[in-house]
Amino acid sequence: MAGEGEKRPVLETIQAEGADEGCVTFVMHDEDHTLGNSLRYMIMKNVDVEFCGYTITHPSESKINFRIQTRGEIPATEPLRRGLNELNDVCQHVLNTFQARVDEFKGRQEQPMD
Amino acid sequence: MAAAMNRVDEIRNRVILGEFGVKNVHTTDFPGNYPGYDDTWDMQKFQKNFRIDIVHLDENNMEFDMVGIDAAIANAFRRILLAEVPTMAIEKVFIYNNTSIVQDEVLAHRLGLIPIKADPRLFEYRNTGKEEGSEIDTIQLQLKIKCSRNPRASKDSSDPQELYLNHMVYSRDIKWVPIGNQADVFADSRIGPVLDDILIAQLRPGHELDIVMHCVKGIGKKVAKVVDSRLDTCSREVLRHDDLKNLVKLGRVRDHFIFTVESTGILPPDVLVTEAIKVLMAKCQRFLSELDSCGME
Repeated sequence: MAGEGEKRPVLETIQAEGADEGCVTFVMHDEDHTLGNSLRYMIMKNVDVEFCGYTITHPSESKINFRIQTRGEIPATEPLRRGLNELNDVCQHVLNTFQARVDEFKGRQEQPMD
Repeated sequence: MAAAMNRVDEIRNRVILGEFGVKNVHTTDFPGNYPGYDDTWDMQKFQKNFRIDIVHLDENNMEFDMVGIDAAIANAFRRILLAEVPTMAIEKVFIYNNTSIVQDEVLAHRLGLIPIKADPRLFEYRNTGKEEGSEIDTIQLQLKIKCSRNPRASKDSSDPQELYLNHMVYSRDIKWVPIGNQADVFADSRIGPVLDDILIAQLRPGHELDIVMHCVKGIGKKVAKVVDSRLDTCSREVLRHDDLKNLVKLGRVRDHFIFTVESTGILPPDVLVTEAIKVLMAKCQRFLSELDSCGME
Protein backbone atom coordinates (compact mmCIF):
# COMPACT_ATOMS: atom_id res chain seq x y z
CA MET A 1 0.00 0.00 0.00
CA ALA A 2 1.30 3.42 -0.93
CA GLY A 3 1.63 5.84 1.94
CA GLU A 4 -0.15 9.17 2.29
CA GLY A 5 0.90 11.77 -0.23
CA GLU A 6 2.84 9.26 -2.26
CA LYS A 7 1.40 8.72 -5.74
CA ARG A 8 -0.25 5.32 -5.99
CA PRO A 9 1.04 3.19 -8.85
CA VAL A 10 -1.27 2.67 -11.82
CA LEU A 11 0.67 0.31 -14.03
CA GLU A 12 3.78 -1.75 -13.38
CA THR A 13 5.57 -4.19 -15.61
CA ILE A 14 7.16 -7.43 -14.52
CA GLN A 15 9.57 -9.29 -16.75
CA ALA A 16 11.49 -12.46 -16.08
CA GLU A 17 15.23 -12.05 -16.22
CA GLY A 18 16.50 -12.53 -19.75
CA ALA A 19 13.00 -12.66 -21.25
CA ASP A 20 12.44 -10.63 -24.38
CA GLU A 21 10.11 -7.66 -24.56
CA GLY A 22 7.30 -9.79 -25.89
CA CYS A 23 6.71 -11.67 -22.64
CA VAL A 24 5.52 -9.23 -20.03
CA THR A 25 3.16 -9.26 -17.07
CA PHE A 26 1.49 -5.92 -16.48
CA VAL A 27 0.22 -5.20 -13.00
CA MET A 28 -2.88 -3.03 -13.34
CA HIS A 29 -3.86 -1.41 -10.07
CA ASP A 30 -7.48 -0.83 -9.05
CA GLU A 31 -8.87 -3.05 -11.78
CA ASP A 32 -10.80 -6.31 -11.86
CA HIS A 33 -12.74 -8.52 -14.29
CA THR A 34 -14.49 -5.46 -15.71
CA LEU A 35 -11.46 -4.19 -17.57
CA GLY A 36 -9.50 -7.44 -17.40
CA ASN A 37 -11.90 -9.63 -19.34
CA SER A 38 -12.96 -7.06 -21.94
CA LEU A 39 -9.36 -6.04 -22.59
CA ARG A 40 -8.27 -9.67 -22.81
CA TYR A 41 -10.91 -10.22 -25.49
CA MET A 42 -9.69 -7.26 -27.53
CA ILE A 43 -6.04 -8.30 -27.24
CA MET A 44 -6.77 -11.92 -28.12
CA LYS A 45 -8.25 -10.62 -31.35
CA ASN A 46 -4.77 -9.45 -32.37
CA VAL A 47 -2.86 -11.91 -34.61
CA ASP A 48 0.49 -10.88 -33.13
CA VAL A 49 -0.51 -12.16 -29.72
CA GLU A 50 0.45 -15.68 -28.76
CA PHE A 51 -1.09 -15.64 -25.31
CA CYS A 52 -3.13 -13.22 -23.25
CA GLY A 53 -4.64 -13.84 -19.85
CA TYR A 54 -5.17 -12.24 -16.51
CA THR A 55 -5.57 -13.18 -12.87
CA ILE A 56 -6.82 -11.42 -9.81
CA THR A 57 -3.95 -11.77 -7.37
CA HIS A 58 -6.07 -12.02 -4.24
CA PRO A 59 -9.64 -10.97 -3.44
CA SER A 60 -8.41 -8.44 -0.90
CA GLU A 61 -5.97 -6.79 -3.30
CA SER A 62 -7.39 -4.49 -5.93
CA LYS A 63 -5.08 -5.31 -8.78
CA ILE A 64 -4.78 -7.73 -11.67
CA ASN A 65 -1.80 -9.43 -13.28
CA PHE A 66 -2.24 -9.07 -16.99
CA ARG A 67 0.02 -11.33 -19.04
CA ILE A 68 0.80 -10.78 -22.71
CA GLN A 69 3.08 -12.94 -24.87
CA THR A 70 3.61 -11.88 -28.45
CA ARG A 71 4.82 -13.57 -31.60
CA GLY A 72 8.01 -12.45 -33.30
CA GLU A 73 9.39 -10.47 -30.38
CA ILE A 74 7.04 -7.55 -30.79
CA PRO A 75 7.14 -5.51 -27.56
CA ALA A 76 4.14 -6.46 -25.41
CA THR A 77 3.26 -2.81 -24.85
CA GLU A 78 2.17 -2.57 -28.49
CA PRO A 79 -0.76 -5.00 -28.34
CA LEU A 80 -1.65 -3.57 -24.94
CA ARG A 81 -1.80 -0.06 -26.33
CA ARG A 82 -3.68 -1.24 -29.39
CA GLY A 83 -6.15 -3.24 -27.30
CA LEU A 84 -6.86 -0.25 -25.06
CA ASN A 85 -7.36 1.99 -28.08
CA GLU A 86 -9.66 -0.49 -29.78
CA LEU A 87 -11.69 -1.05 -26.62
CA ASN A 88 -12.02 2.71 -26.31
CA ASP A 89 -13.23 2.95 -29.92
CA VAL A 90 -15.73 0.14 -29.33
CA CYS A 91 -17.10 2.01 -26.31
CA GLN A 92 -17.31 5.21 -28.35
CA HIS A 93 -19.30 3.41 -31.02
CA VAL A 94 -21.59 1.79 -28.44
CA LEU A 95 -22.09 5.17 -26.79
CA ASN A 96 -22.93 6.91 -30.09
CA THR A 97 -25.31 4.15 -31.14
CA PHE A 98 -26.97 4.10 -27.72
CA GLN A 99 -27.48 7.85 -27.66
CA ALA A 100 -28.85 7.89 -31.20
CA ARG A 101 -31.33 5.12 -30.34
CA VAL A 102 -32.42 6.81 -27.10
CA ASP A 103 -33.02 10.10 -28.92
CA GLU A 104 -34.93 8.26 -31.62
CA PHE A 105 -37.00 6.41 -29.02
CA LYS A 106 -37.81 9.57 -27.09
CA GLY A 107 -38.73 11.35 -30.32
CA ARG A 108 -41.11 8.57 -31.24
CA GLN A 109 -42.67 8.65 -27.77
CA GLU A 110 -43.38 12.35 -27.96
CA GLN A 111 -44.96 12.33 -31.41
CA PRO A 112 -48.30 10.67 -30.65
CA MET A 113 -48.98 13.25 -27.94
CA ASP A 114 -48.83 16.21 -30.30
CA MET B 1 -32.45 -22.97 -38.86
CA ALA B 2 -29.83 -24.65 -36.73
CA ALA B 3 -29.77 -27.59 -39.12
CA ALA B 4 -28.76 -25.38 -42.01
CA MET B 5 -25.84 -24.07 -40.07
CA ASN B 6 -22.63 -26.01 -40.29
CA ARG B 7 -20.96 -27.46 -37.25
CA VAL B 8 -18.20 -24.87 -36.95
CA ASP B 9 -20.53 -21.91 -37.27
CA GLU B 10 -22.70 -23.41 -34.60
CA ILE B 11 -19.81 -23.60 -32.16
CA ARG B 12 -18.81 -20.07 -33.03
CA ASN B 13 -22.19 -18.40 -32.88
CA ARG B 14 -24.46 -20.39 -30.64
CA VAL B 15 -24.58 -21.41 -27.02
CA ILE B 16 -26.32 -24.79 -26.95
CA LEU B 17 -28.82 -25.52 -24.21
CA GLY B 18 -28.76 -29.17 -23.30
CA GLU B 19 -31.00 -31.04 -20.96
CA PHE B 20 -28.67 -30.69 -18.00
CA GLY B 21 -26.20 -28.02 -19.00
CA VAL B 22 -24.94 -25.61 -21.59
CA LYS B 23 -22.36 -26.26 -24.29
CA ASN B 24 -19.99 -23.94 -26.14
CA VAL B 25 -20.12 -21.34 -23.43
CA HIS B 26 -16.78 -19.68 -24.12
CA THR B 27 -15.96 -17.30 -26.90
CA THR B 28 -13.62 -19.10 -29.29
CA ASP B 29 -13.49 -16.90 -32.38
CA PHE B 30 -9.92 -15.73 -31.92
CA PRO B 31 -7.34 -15.64 -34.70
CA GLY B 32 -5.68 -18.99 -35.25
CA ASN B 33 -8.48 -21.07 -33.79
CA TYR B 34 -10.45 -21.73 -36.98
CA PRO B 35 -8.80 -22.32 -40.33
CA GLY B 36 -10.52 -20.39 -43.08
CA TYR B 37 -11.94 -17.70 -40.82
CA ASP B 38 -10.47 -14.26 -40.37
CA ASP B 39 -11.03 -13.51 -36.72
CA THR B 40 -8.75 -10.53 -36.28
CA TRP B 41 -10.42 -7.44 -34.89
CA ASP B 42 -12.19 -5.49 -37.58
CA MET B 43 -13.75 -2.21 -36.52
CA GLN B 44 -15.77 -1.85 -39.74
CA LYS B 45 -17.24 -5.30 -39.35
CA PHE B 46 -18.11 -4.56 -35.72
CA GLN B 47 -19.77 -1.27 -36.63
CA LYS B 48 -21.75 -2.97 -39.37
CA ASN B 49 -23.05 -5.77 -37.15
CA PHE B 50 -23.55 -3.89 -33.90
CA ARG B 51 -26.99 -2.69 -33.04
CA ILE B 52 -29.03 -1.53 -30.09
CA ASP B 53 -32.82 -1.76 -29.96
CA ILE B 54 -34.63 0.01 -27.17
CA VAL B 55 -37.69 -1.88 -26.06
CA HIS B 56 -38.80 0.21 -23.14
CA LEU B 57 -37.74 3.45 -21.51
CA ASP B 58 -39.34 5.45 -18.74
CA GLU B 59 -38.16 7.45 -15.75
CA ASN B 60 -36.81 4.55 -13.71
CA ASN B 61 -36.65 1.51 -15.94
CA MET B 62 -35.38 0.63 -19.32
CA GLU B 63 -34.89 -2.45 -21.41
CA PHE B 64 -32.81 -2.74 -24.52
CA ASP B 65 -31.13 -5.31 -26.72
CA MET B 66 -27.46 -5.05 -27.47
CA VAL B 67 -26.52 -7.23 -30.41
CA GLY B 68 -23.19 -7.94 -32.05
CA ILE B 69 -20.86 -7.47 -29.11
CA ASP B 70 -18.87 -10.03 -27.16
CA ALA B 71 -19.99 -11.19 -23.74
CA ALA B 72 -16.77 -9.87 -22.20
CA ILE B 73 -17.59 -6.27 -23.12
CA ALA B 74 -21.33 -6.53 -22.48
CA ASN B 75 -20.52 -7.96 -19.07
CA ALA B 76 -18.13 -5.08 -18.39
CA PHE B 77 -21.01 -2.64 -18.90
CA ARG B 78 -23.20 -4.71 -16.59
CA ARG B 79 -20.52 -4.82 -13.90
CA ILE B 80 -19.94 -1.08 -14.11
CA LEU B 81 -23.67 -0.36 -13.89
CA LEU B 82 -23.90 -2.45 -10.76
CA ALA B 83 -20.89 -1.18 -8.90
CA GLU B 84 -19.05 1.68 -10.50
CA VAL B 85 -21.37 4.44 -11.64
CA PRO B 86 -20.78 7.31 -9.21
CA THR B 87 -23.59 8.58 -6.99
CA MET B 88 -23.98 10.92 -4.07
CA ALA B 89 -24.47 9.05 -0.82
CA ILE B 90 -24.39 9.82 2.88
CA GLU B 91 -20.84 9.16 4.01
CA LYS B 92 -20.51 10.93 7.34
CA VAL B 93 -23.16 11.16 10.01
CA PHE B 94 -22.65 13.59 12.89
CA ILE B 95 -24.99 12.71 15.72
CA TYR B 96 -25.41 15.61 18.14
CA ASN B 97 -28.33 14.09 19.95
CA ASN B 98 -30.00 10.73 19.77
CA THR B 99 -32.24 9.76 22.63
CA SER B 100 -34.26 7.27 20.60
CA ILE B 101 -33.97 3.53 21.16
CA VAL B 102 -32.08 3.09 17.89
CA GLN B 103 -28.33 2.95 18.58
CA ASP B 104 -26.16 5.60 16.96
CA GLU B 105 -24.31 3.16 14.71
CA VAL B 106 -27.49 1.44 13.56
CA LEU B 107 -29.06 4.80 12.83
CA ALA B 108 -25.97 5.92 10.89
CA HIS B 109 -26.06 2.75 8.83
CA ARG B 110 -29.76 3.18 8.05
CA LEU B 111 -29.17 6.74 6.94
CA GLY B 112 -26.29 5.66 4.71
CA LEU B 113 -28.58 3.40 2.68
CA ILE B 114 -31.04 6.12 1.71
CA PRO B 115 -30.67 7.10 -1.96
CA ILE B 116 -30.07 10.82 -2.33
CA LYS B 117 -31.36 12.69 -5.35
CA ALA B 118 -28.54 14.85 -6.63
CA ASP B 119 -26.76 14.76 -9.96
CA PRO B 120 -23.32 13.24 -9.23
CA ARG B 121 -21.94 14.71 -12.46
CA LEU B 122 -22.12 18.16 -10.88
CA PHE B 123 -19.90 17.20 -7.96
CA GLU B 124 -16.24 16.36 -7.53
CA TYR B 125 -14.76 13.48 -5.56
CA ARG B 126 -13.67 14.55 -2.11
CA ASN B 127 -9.93 14.19 -1.62
CA THR B 128 -8.94 11.38 0.69
CA GLY B 129 -8.00 12.56 4.13
CA LYS B 130 -9.87 15.82 3.75
CA GLU B 131 -12.19 16.30 6.70
CA GLU B 132 -13.87 19.55 5.79
CA GLY B 133 -16.27 19.46 2.85
CA SER B 134 -16.81 22.30 0.44
CA GLU B 135 -19.59 23.30 -1.93
CA ILE B 136 -18.08 21.39 -4.85
CA ASP B 137 -17.84 18.00 -3.17
CA THR B 138 -20.35 17.83 -0.32
CA ILE B 139 -24.07 18.01 0.26
CA GLN B 140 -25.12 18.76 3.81
CA LEU B 141 -28.36 17.35 5.15
CA GLN B 142 -30.00 17.80 8.48
CA LEU B 143 -32.44 15.69 10.46
CA LYS B 144 -33.80 17.44 13.51
CA ILE B 145 -36.95 16.08 15.04
CA LYS B 146 -38.50 15.71 18.45
CA CYS B 147 -41.42 13.60 19.51
CA SER B 148 -44.08 14.93 21.86
CA ARG B 149 -47.56 14.07 23.12
CA ASN B 150 -50.45 15.24 21.04
CA PRO B 151 -52.43 17.60 23.29
CA ARG B 152 -55.50 17.09 21.14
CA ALA B 153 -55.60 13.30 21.43
CA SER B 154 -58.68 11.80 22.99
CA LYS B 155 -58.16 10.49 26.51
CA ASP B 156 -58.79 6.81 26.04
CA SER B 157 -57.03 6.46 22.71
CA SER B 158 -54.34 3.81 22.38
CA ASP B 159 -53.33 4.59 18.81
CA PRO B 160 -49.77 5.97 18.73
CA GLN B 161 -50.66 7.75 15.49
CA GLU B 162 -53.13 9.84 17.46
CA LEU B 163 -51.34 10.00 20.81
CA TYR B 164 -47.98 11.34 19.66
CA LEU B 165 -46.62 13.92 17.29
CA ASN B 166 -43.60 13.11 15.12
CA HIS B 167 -43.38 9.56 16.39
CA MET B 168 -42.47 8.19 12.97
CA VAL B 169 -39.33 9.60 11.42
CA TYR B 170 -39.40 9.36 7.64
CA SER B 171 -36.85 10.27 5.00
CA ARG B 172 -39.01 13.29 4.16
CA ASP B 173 -37.92 14.82 7.50
CA ILE B 174 -34.37 15.12 6.19
CA LYS B 175 -33.74 18.68 5.11
CA TRP B 176 -31.10 19.97 2.73
CA VAL B 177 -28.75 22.61 4.12
CA PRO B 178 -27.02 24.32 1.17
CA ILE B 179 -23.33 25.12 1.54
CA GLY B 180 -21.82 28.20 -0.12
CA ASN B 181 -23.45 28.99 -3.45
CA GLN B 182 -25.33 25.67 -3.65
CA ALA B 183 -28.68 27.33 -2.95
CA ASP B 184 -28.36 29.28 -6.22
CA VAL B 185 -26.65 26.58 -8.31
CA PHE B 186 -29.12 23.85 -7.43
CA ALA B 187 -32.14 26.11 -6.98
CA ASP B 188 -34.36 24.13 -9.36
CA SER B 189 -33.10 20.63 -8.60
CA ARG B 190 -34.70 19.55 -5.38
CA ILE B 191 -31.86 17.88 -3.45
CA GLY B 192 -32.91 15.34 -0.84
CA PRO B 193 -33.95 11.70 -0.50
CA VAL B 194 -35.34 10.12 -3.68
CA LEU B 195 -38.26 8.61 -1.80
CA ASP B 196 -39.95 10.44 1.03
CA ASP B 197 -41.57 7.52 2.85
CA ILE B 198 -38.58 5.52 4.07
CA LEU B 199 -39.04 4.88 7.79
CA ILE B 200 -35.85 5.73 9.64
CA ALA B 201 -36.83 5.38 13.31
CA GLN B 202 -39.77 5.44 15.66
CA LEU B 203 -39.82 7.78 18.64
CA ARG B 204 -41.76 8.22 21.84
CA PRO B 205 -42.42 11.49 23.71
CA GLY B 206 -39.15 13.04 24.83
CA HIS B 207 -37.09 11.22 22.23
CA GLU B 208 -35.10 13.49 20.02
CA LEU B 209 -32.84 13.29 16.98
CA ASP B 210 -30.38 15.97 15.97
CA ILE B 211 -28.19 14.80 13.13
CA VAL B 212 -26.11 16.40 10.40
CA MET B 213 -25.08 14.31 7.42
CA HIS B 214 -22.48 14.84 4.73
CA CYS B 215 -23.03 13.27 1.32
CA VAL B 216 -20.04 12.79 -0.91
CA LYS B 217 -19.53 11.38 -4.37
CA GLY B 218 -18.49 7.78 -4.50
CA ILE B 219 -18.82 4.59 -6.44
CA GLY B 220 -21.16 1.94 -5.17
CA LYS B 221 -18.52 -0.61 -4.33
CA LYS B 222 -20.05 -0.31 -0.88
CA VAL B 223 -23.66 0.52 -1.66
CA ALA B 224 -25.24 -0.75 -4.86
CA LYS B 225 -27.85 1.54 -6.32
CA VAL B 226 -28.77 0.10 -9.66
CA VAL B 227 -30.31 -3.23 -10.28
CA ASP B 228 -29.41 -4.54 -13.66
CA SER B 229 -29.83 -8.05 -14.83
CA ARG B 230 -29.86 -10.14 -17.91
CA LEU B 231 -33.38 -11.24 -18.37
CA ASP B 232 -33.03 -14.69 -19.72
CA THR B 233 -35.80 -17.14 -19.83
CA CYS B 234 -35.80 -19.94 -22.31
CA SER B 235 -38.03 -22.87 -21.74
CA ARG B 236 -36.37 -26.22 -21.94
CA GLU B 237 -39.66 -28.03 -21.55
CA VAL B 238 -39.20 -29.94 -24.83
CA LEU B 239 -36.19 -31.70 -23.42
CA ARG B 240 -38.40 -33.41 -20.85
CA HIS B 241 -40.18 -35.36 -23.52
CA ASP B 242 -38.16 -38.41 -24.46
CA ASP B 243 -39.63 -38.69 -27.92
CA LEU B 244 -38.73 -35.12 -28.79
CA LYS B 245 -35.45 -34.57 -27.10
CA ASN B 246 -33.23 -36.01 -29.78
CA LEU B 247 -35.08 -34.19 -32.51
CA VAL B 248 -34.65 -30.62 -31.31
CA LYS B 249 -31.68 -28.53 -30.52
CA LEU B 250 -31.99 -25.39 -28.45
CA GLY B 251 -29.47 -22.74 -29.21
CA ARG B 252 -29.00 -19.22 -28.13
CA VAL B 253 -27.32 -16.46 -30.11
CA ARG B 254 -23.99 -15.79 -28.45
CA ASP B 255 -23.79 -12.08 -29.00
CA HIS B 256 -27.34 -10.98 -28.25
CA PHE B 257 -27.84 -9.43 -24.82
CA ILE B 258 -30.93 -8.13 -23.16
CA PHE B 259 -30.24 -5.42 -20.62
CA THR B 260 -32.79 -4.45 -18.02
CA VAL B 261 -31.76 -1.38 -16.09
CA GLU B 262 -33.66 -0.25 -13.04
CA SER B 263 -32.60 3.02 -11.52
CA THR B 264 -33.05 4.06 -7.92
CA GLY B 265 -34.38 7.36 -9.19
CA ILE B 266 -31.26 9.46 -8.86
CA LEU B 267 -30.46 9.43 -12.54
CA PRO B 268 -32.62 8.23 -15.41
CA PRO B 269 -31.62 4.76 -16.67
CA ASP B 270 -30.42 5.95 -20.07
CA VAL B 271 -28.03 8.36 -18.35
CA LEU B 272 -26.79 5.50 -16.16
CA VAL B 273 -25.91 3.45 -19.22
CA THR B 274 -24.10 6.33 -20.92
CA GLU B 275 -22.20 7.00 -17.70
CA ALA B 276 -21.26 3.30 -17.49
CA ILE B 277 -19.86 3.32 -21.01
CA LYS B 278 -17.88 6.45 -20.18
CA VAL B 279 -16.47 4.75 -17.08
CA LEU B 280 -15.06 1.94 -19.23
CA MET B 281 -13.59 4.50 -21.61
CA ALA B 282 -12.01 6.31 -18.68
CA LYS B 283 -10.39 3.05 -17.59
CA CYS B 284 -8.84 2.67 -21.03
CA GLN B 285 -7.67 6.27 -21.03
CA ARG B 286 -6.09 5.87 -17.61
CA PHE B 287 -3.77 3.13 -18.81
CA LEU B 288 -3.15 4.74 -22.20
CA SER B 289 -1.94 7.93 -20.56
CA GLU B 290 0.14 5.87 -18.14
CA LEU B 291 1.75 4.06 -21.07
CA ASP B 292 2.49 7.40 -22.70
CA SER B 293 3.89 9.01 -19.58
CA CYS B 294 6.39 6.29 -18.76
CA GLY B 295 7.46 6.14 -22.40
CA MET B 296 7.88 2.98 -24.41
CA GLU B 297 9.82 0.71 -22.14
